Amino acid sequence: MSPQDQHGTRRSQTRSPRHRTARLVAAAGAVALTVSAGLATPLNPAPQRAQAAEGKKTLTVAVAQSVDSLSPFLAVRLLSTSILRLTYEYLTDYDPGDAHPVPGLATSWKPSADKLTWTYTIRSDAKWSDGQKVTAKDAAWTFDKMMTDEAAATANGSFVANFRTVSAPSPTQLVIRLKKPQATMTALDVPIVPEHIWKDVKNFSKFNNDKKFPIVGDGPFVLTDYKADSYVRLKANKDFWRGAPKFDELVFKYYKDQDAAVAALRKGEVSFVAGQPALTPAQASSLKGQKDIQVNEGPGRRFYALATNPGAKARNGQKFGDGDPSLLDQRVRNALFMAVDRKAVIDKVFQGHAVEGQGYIPPRFSTYFWKPSASQDLSYDPAKAAQLLDEAGYKKNADGKRTGKDGKPLNYRVLCHATDPNDKAVGQYLKEWWGKLGIGMTLDCLDNVTDPWLAGKYDLAFDGWSVNPDPDFVLSIHTCGALPAAPKDTGATDNFICDKTYDELYAKQLAEYDSAKRADIVKQMESRLYDLGYMNVMAYPNAVEAYRTDQIKSITTMPKSAGNIYGQDGYWSWWSAVPADSGSSSGGSSTGVIVGVVAGVVVLAAAGVFFAMRRRTTADDRE
Amino acid sequence: MVSDAVTAPVARARRPRTGTAYPRYVAGKAGGAAVSLLAVLVTGFFLFRLIPGDPVKTMTGGRPVSATQLAEYRKEFGLDLPMWEQFTDYCRKALTGDLGTSYQFRAPVIDKITEALPNTLLLTGTAFVLYTALGMFLGTRSAWRHGRLGDKLNTGLALTLYSVPSFWLGLLMIIVFAVGLGPIPGLFPTGGMESGGKEGFAYVGDVAHHLVLPVITLVAVEYGQTLLVTRSALLDEMGSDYLTTARAKGLRDDLVRRRHAVPNALLPTVTLVFVNLGRTVAGVILVETVFSWPGLGGLFYQALSVPDLPLVQGLFLFFASAVIVMNTLADLLYPLLDPRVGR
Repeated sequence: MSPQDQHGTRRSQTRSPRHRTARLVAAAGAVALTVSAGLATPLNPAPQRAQAAEGKKTLTVAVAQSVDSLSPFLAVRLLSTSILRLTYEYLTDYDPGDAHPVPGLATSWKPSADKLTWTYTIRSDAKWSDGQKVTAKDAAWTFDKMMTDEAAATANGSFVANFRTVSAPSPTQLVIRLKKPQATMTALDVPIVPEHIWKDVKNFSKFNNDKKFPIVGDGPFVLTDYKADSYVRLKANKDFWRGAPKFDELVFKYYKDQDAAVAALRKGEVSFVAGQPALTPAQASSLKGQKDIQVNEGPGRRFYALATNPGAKARNGQKFGDGDPSLLDQRVRNALFMAVDRKAVIDKVFQGHAVEGQGYIPPRFSTYFWKPSASQDLSYDPAKAAQLLDEAGYKKNADGKRTGKDGKPLNYRVLCHATDPNDKAVGQYLKEWWGKLGIGMTLDCLDNVTDPWLAGKYDLAFDGWSVNPDPDFVLSIHTCGALPAAPKDTGATDNFICDKTYDELYAKQLAEYDSAKRADIVKQMESRLYDLGYMNVMAYPNAVEAYRTDQIKSITTMPKSAGNIYGQDGYWSWWSAVPADSGSSSGGSSTGVIVGVVAGVVVLAAAGVFFAMRRRTTADDRE
Repeated sequence: MVSDAVTAPVARARRPRTGTAYPRYVAGKAGGAAVSLLAVLVTGFFLFRLIPGDPVKTMTGGRPVSATQLAEYRKEFGLDLPMWEQFTDYCRKALTGDLGTSYQFRAPVIDKITEALPNTLLLTGTAFVLYTALGMFLGTRSAWRHGRLGDKLNTGLALTLYSVPSFWLGLLMIIVFAVGLGPIPGLFPTGGMESGGKEGFAYVGDVAHHLVLPVITLVAVEYGQTLLVTRSALLDEMGSDYLTTARAKGLRDDLVRRRHAVPNALLPTVTLVFVNLGRTVAGVILVETVFSWPGLGGLFYQALSVPDLPLVQGLFLFFASAVIVMNTLADLLYPLLDPRVGR
């Protein structure tokens, strides 16, 4: 009896196994896709979106940083504050040429004779995106909220800490009274929000402004849609007082991996890519010379420095931390810096994409840029460094190691950011250079450097700050007042510097409303900082970014000549960007979808043919 | 007759065990799971408090903050309370699904998780179904024809892909299939989950289009494990007498494999499937990063790099619970598949 006779009644089933396998796989796939697509919709509904009609000019910018909040009272990250800059107007803006204050929401401003009262004239031609007029009352309400509600002071509280009162005597007049003179009154980087919308917010520490779209604002763009870590979508504000942006839409799209973002630029899926904070030299050189791609390199706004632990202490005088005592000697600090070959750092580590460091403020801010005189200059001179160390009493022992007062060899712990390849590379050079001087070094690369830093448990650390057009903030972080009140507290200090002369100069510049005189005092502060040797600026890394010229015809850099595009002080780049004639929008994903679907069908057909052929070849086995 | 006799093991395997043994077994496993969950709850609280440093200092590091603001933060996040009070508060809230507020996003942790979870499930879920099906299918075929060229090619390829770093493979996929290389056109998006601005079917199609490359990457890297486990489990069964008997009865090879050998070799694969299922919620940090997928893996990475204590703690609790629940489910399923278990 043949097997099929035995199972004659199951004949139909004997043919089915392969069909069933295929069906099962197909069904499983379908279920997975349906379930997953289902998951994507009801549980996580696509928020309200701007309708992307055909022919819209869209500018897509690749970003990596997550939005921490869309509330102007809470957001502190660069991406979030840049978005807020586009959606809410500030009292003043910075000129894209030389960053001097220019009218924003305020058309003019004037301090009183005693320097304690500032009167701003608010423009009458601005309106919120819901049609209501912007008045001085909105500005007064915003500042007042920050002064009276701790939660509302989270992001920008430092700007209003010195405010006594704020009032709006008329719709076009804003009056701010100060406790003491404050030079940053034309650089109040505070988004002004509409009172009629925000007065209903109950808890400012919890309200993230990211649920209801479009968000009512008065900037060049209106925020119409946001999906965490996917995209931020903005629509051009056609009624913007300075004039409507040329692109219809601006989209910040997430690329967590920078190489993927560069790939997206190559493909044309995005119009612009900036790095964090710059494209790597390898990425930049791979993009250079590519068709329709322009690599833009501008002077950076950051400094890259080596900070020395000056002996951590609190405002109450209590010392803490465990910084090496030898570093309290200025000669030792200067010697360490003189053993650093900054030219090699620029050439080898930054591969030319940086400028050699000198003073505290990068040359991009020409008003405040300072460089040491010839007599003060701590240029690369290992022999002089060795001599300084000898003079300070740190002589070499029989093993060629320099020893501390306790007779133990000097070995410094240098805090480095594990995520920053530059820190690691420069660290290796430092090891070599200081090693030649007879000083040991341990590179301490951590994901979270904040904790040992705040606890003062380091000897030296890689440090860097982005500098604003008004240098007040980066200068303030080295004043004695910025130290923590007690060791267990957190101060606003960067690395516990406290110097009486520096503090006196700081107070003087803050009270100086004459910009030339103020710049002069700021330069004296930089000079003092340089001599002290607590902060050794090694480089000013360039901003290296790239964009597609077939999508962006022109865009304003800041400074206008040879400046950067991403992270400007103001909305100049995205507001000014002109679409290229050919580039209707970036992405072109509808073609992609069609091609993708066709590819899917081809794969399925191939699978079908494969199964059919297998059926035929195994037919004998089965029969 | 004959057919009844040969299908008997399968039929028996599919019948749930009755009597008192199974409920007791279920109670034991559920109790074990409850104890594990409790241990995770306690560990989650104390483990992350061992991280040196003050969370408020970390949170505000680098920003000018007044002493009153600092005190406000401590109060807001309950850090001013004694440790035991923080612990009881944490346990009470965790049991009601409140995992605290994220420091960096100032949003409830549970909201951040529910926001990213569907995205992760979409990616890992689709990949899971595909790599499990593919791994089992190819593993069975490989074992059945072990030693032949097909088996060697199959296991060789699986081992190679299994050893490939997913990040590297992902980048390669982007270069070849998203940007396009040589004659291959760029067919798929370079990253993200959607283009935005699409509704209805266009939206579903758009998401599916974005899903292709990350899913292929995950399937390529993961299917090998299922293949190898299935293959080796089946190879153990291959010499068994009952298979010889089945063949001797003249049953088709295909039927012997599917109806007799595979069900009996299924246990290790089921374990793996459930372990993988538990892992699907944890997301896949590297693949999510390279394809900019807005899922839990990326969220976990962000939480750790701050560190955002409530978010890290919440995610830890969530991931650990998912694995415990899935393992318990696998335990509960074993006696149904193999009556010898739990006897």
